[in-house]
Amino acid sequence: MTHTYPWLSLSIWLPIAFGGLVLMLSNARASTLRWTALLGAVLSFLVTLPLYAGFDDKVASLQYVEKAAWIERFNIHYHLGIDGLALWLVLLTAFITIIVVVAAWEVIEERVAQYFAAFLMLSGLMIGVFAAADGMLFYVFFEATLIPMYLIIGIWGGANRIYASFKFFLYTLLGSLLMLIALVYLYRATGSFDLAVWAKTKLSLSEQSYLFFAFLAAFAVKVPMFPVHTWLPDVHVEAPTGGSAVLAAIMLKLGAYGFLRFSLPITPDASHEYAGLMIGLSLIAVVYVGLVALVQTDMKKLVAYSSIAHMGFVTLGFFMFSTSNPQDQALAFQGAYLQMISHGFISGAMFLCIGVLYDRMHSRNIADYGGVVNTMPKFAALFLLFSMANAGLPATSGFIGEFMVILGAVKYNFWIGLTAASALILGAAYSLWMYKRVIFGAVGNEHVEQLKDLNRREFWMLATLAAAVLWMGIYPAPFTQTIDASVANLLQHVAQTKLK
Amino acid sequence: MSAANTFLADLIPVTAELWLLIAASGILIWDAIKPNGDRSQWLAQIALFIALGINMGYLMAGNTLYAWNGLIVSDPLANLLKAGCTLATMMTLHYSRHYVADRGMHTGEFYVLAITALAGQMLMVSSSHMLMLYLGLELMSLSLYALVALRRDHANSTEAAMKYFVLGAMASGFLLYGISMLYGATGSLDMATIFKALESGGAAVNRPTAILASVFIVAGLAFKFGAVPFHMWVPDVYDGSPTAVTLLIASAPKLAALGMALRIMVEAMLPLAADWQPMFLFLGVASVALGNVVAVMQTSFKRMLAYSTISHIGFVVLALGVGVVGINNRAGAVDAYGAAVFYMLTYVLTTLVSFGVILLLARAGFECDNVAIQKAVFIKWGLNRGV
Repeated sequence: MTHTYPWLSLSIWLPIAFGGLVLMLSNARASTLRWTALLGAVLSFLVTLPLYAGFDDKVASLQYVEKAAWIERFNIHYHLGIDGLALWLVLLTAFITIIVVVAAWEVIEERVAQYFAAFLMLSGLMIGVFAAADGMLFYVFFEATLIPMYLIIGIWGGANRIYASFKFFLYTLLGSLLMLIALVYLYRATGSFDLAVWAKTKLSLSEQSYLFFAFLAAFAVKVPMFPVHTWLPDVHVEAPTGGSAVLAAIMLKLGAYGFLRFSLPITPDASHEYAGLMIGLSLIAVVYVGLVALVQTDMKKLVAYSSIAHMGFVTLGFFMFSTSNPQDQALAFQGAYLQMISHGFISGAMFLCIGVLYDRMHSRNIADYGGVVNTMPKFAALFLLFSMANAGLPATSGFIGEFMVILGAVKYNFWIGLTAASALILGAAYSLWMYKRVIFGAVGNEHVEQLKDLNRREFWMLATLAAAVLWMGIYPAPFTQTIDASVANLLQHVAQTKLK
Repeated sequence: MSAANTFLADLIPVTAELWLLIAASGILIWDAIKPNGDRSQWLAQIALFIALGINMGYLMAGNTLYAWNGLIVSDPLANLLKAGCTLATMMTLHYSRHYVADRGMHTGEFYVLAITALAGQMLMVSSSHMLMLYLGLELMSLSLYALVALRRDHANSTEAAMKYFVLGAMASGFLLYGISMLYGATGSLDMATIFKALESGGAAVNRPTAILASVFIVAGLAFKFGAVPFHMWVPDVYDGSPTAVTLLIASAPKLAALGMALRIMVEAMLPLAADWQPMFLFLGVASVALGNVVAVMQTSFKRMLAYSTISHIGFVVLALGVGVVGINNRAGAVDAYGAAVFYMLTYVLTTLVSFGVILLLARAGFECDNVAIQKAVFIKWGLNRGV
């Protein structure tokens, strides 16, 4: 099946072009800017739909491949292509961008054009990361995403925004510089930047180990994994609502996606060697960070910590190698992937819900609320759904991924499975306890009494996400079908040794 | 070929330089008769534009021409760097027009000296003989010393000019000393001849002297580049000079210095690469490390950019230190030196913009060179309008 039309390039560059257009219109009326940005986001989402429609489930290799010489001297190509694993992330990115544009509608009043332009460009750059099949192209997109996010936090963030934006930038930059060294090393070894070539290159175990840890430095910070997760709560607290939503829903996935594209295929033996470490760190994230989330008094911090805990499931699922039971491994792996997508919907929705409250009360403190259900019943219903999904309730998307990972973990090692399963209880505890303190009970104070329920824009924004969460929880088959071949192919590749 | 024909043919590779000298003389004379800063500026920009056109034309043609018995060469490298230098000077003059007008520097001299400095840079990058290279270097340096001192009633500028002159003269001395030793070792000042002599390594070549010469030459180049540990003058001169002149020093001369380094180290002394590369590696690593770390602590914007220049220069110098691998494997040379040129071109562009912002924000009697002041300015005018 050949695809002559460059849908991938269009998915990347259309939002960026609209971002530029909005910037050029920066003196226009705010409503013009909003509608232009929305048009851009919607069109950008529409051009990603043909990717799904024309996607061939049975093929594990890259589809929609585009390849053109970029820097010939160093054999760098503008080389795009997606498999099942990238497909959903591309769609998720374009989808979340629409939601974020809608979420900012009346909320952002200063530098409206710049705000929307930053998000549209960020969307295109992130799709570029997911679609890149060339190491250097990946790196360029990966780094470029920092710039709009840095501005989003630094300009539209909270009181301590400068500190947060620097922390975000420096943390992630430091990690990715080590990845750059790894890319240069691989180029020296192979004379190419093609990821497919790198995946076939034979490397000794010590080489693989160095590369593995260089990649780990970049991706673990982004995911974020346990010891380097400390930037995330600070950044989430200061970021504007849209920034938090995109950060949690998509940017964290850039790190997890990096494991799929770099660590696992290029250094499979090192991945096996250090699987214990990865599983250990993931379990710490799931249990310890879950406990930390429980005691937070700030809603955004709580959801940020719960994000870290949920991403722990993702890394856990990726690294439970099992040569005797490839079926179980595939189960855990698919679960981890679904957890990624589902977390994109749920965490985005959670941050948007907090944003809705924050817009009215200008407080993120749990103690400032109480009895919101009395004044905001529609909001309370939707927020309940997302809290339940965050806790992993069956029939929501949060359940599918966690359940599959735990199932795979129990078969891999009972104790790992048991530890991971405890997270379900923790998740329920912190999500629902927060929900109880914010929503239920008697009306806490006169501010809560004066709250207005969701307006139409906010309702449809959250309802769309709710529909996505329920759809994925009730009928996940479209997701599993499309990734099946890619997952099987990747796991088969990882199972084979690549030692020199 | 008749003598006249040879003479005319010899002028072809140096058309741009000749044109600049004619233009500088014309502007100077007209300005002496009837001073008018605006007219001098426009004439200078037109002259530079024509020079840029000549350079670009030669660059597109891609020929390699020698003139004056091999004193000077016009090859793609030279033409690329010449075009880069010209463009950088044009942009500098454009950015600085209000700044110099506010400070009484909007005179014919400013523009004439900028043009002669540019002519010197062009000679530097297109010389294929040590003497011509040194002449070009001095033409550029003397013009720049005078430019730094142009605000002669201003203590900071005078101090900076003094520092620049003394240290620059010392660097030129190092370079000249190295060149004369090289002459003693190989018996020639012509780059191609030196290369052949060093490459064949015949009995006539005194190798230890040649290596000692490379030490002096590298030290002289490092002074001109401002690489650690020869960087002391950079922050002081950047900070003390009028910002328009800082930009003139920080942009095009760096390209010219790179051209000079490539001419001497690569075109003449590549066979000694195993000996001089470690020196560049040390200079490069030290510059990158020290420049970046010290830049973080600066409160003056110009000093911060000066240290950032040092670190950028470090990267370029690193590229000079990695062209030849092992004893004599030159396979990576094209990549390394090409990368150095590319890096320097992009560095010059970014420098132009960053100093350009300082220039645009400065007003009469007010320098926007302090981080605290700048913050206040950005807040007042808003980022969009400031940049």
